[in-house]
Amino acid sequence: MWRKKPKRFVEGRPAPAVLFAALGDKTRLALVARLSAGQSSSIAQLTEGSRLTRQAVTKHLRVLERAGIVRSTRHGRENLFALDPEPMRKMGDYLSSVSRQWDEALARLKLFVEE
Amino acid sequence: MENAVEKHIELKAPVGRVWRALTDHGEFGEWFRVALDGPFVPGQVSRGRILYPGFEHIVWEAMIEKMEPERLFSFRWAQIRYHDKACYSPDYSNAPRTLVEFRLQQTAAGTLLTVTESGFENVPAEWRGEAMRGNDGGWAQQMLNIEKYVAEKA
Repeated sequence: MWRKKPKRFVEGRPAPAVLFAALGDKTRLALVARLSAGQSSSIAQLTEGSRLTRQAVTKHLRVLERAGIVRSTRHGRENLFALDPEPMRKMGDYLSSVSRQWDEALARLKLFVEE
Repeated sequence: MENAVEKHIELKAPVGRVWRALTDHGEFGEWFRVALDGPFVPGQVSRGRILYPGFEHIVWEAMIEKMEPERLFSFRWAQIRYHDKACYSPDYSNAPRTLVEFRLQQTAAGTLLTVTESGFENVPAEWRGEAMRGNDGGWAQQMLNIEKYVAEKA
């Protein structure tokens, strides 16, 4: 009853569900890891040394792009892909504040039940 | 990316004691800092007032899911946009919810409590960081309240 179909965009930005779905795939996580060095890479570079076809890499990069995790820019005849760390950083910050909140609440619970 | 927060804590108290601190609405409110209107009942909405400095005007709401004695307590917690007064309305029918689950296990020393909160994909990205949970000043104040509470009890 509370579960609604995830929206693709929330106020013009990719919805968090899209971000989680994009990152919930080993191949895409591997691509994110390769891009996390900070350098823009072409599809050819990202295909190199992987067992994936160029088409598969392109498809996964587009999923990451729609989720706002990577950005592509046109360079001559090829597209270069780079990581946009902002959405993941925000999610990470949020989850660590949730985590801290629980640490504190549970510390209070501990005092409460052990006294 | 992990879409849940999981916590484990070892409590030097019997499972029955911990169960009561979690599921008796009065006891829950003491450590969770919320004044609840009535007892938790599975399938029913629980409401109360947040007892958190600066946020007392906000209504706390959760849909109680499971209460399996001394084993599992869970609820779907309505998340609201704390910084936006227009959203303080207690109509949470469309509020995004996270699922909070408390699992209890008896140990030699007492109770192992595992807390999981999941469903953060339901919380709009724009709310994060602005919510109470991201407010460090608020929590610093909260810690002072706890010290006071503990000192009074001691």
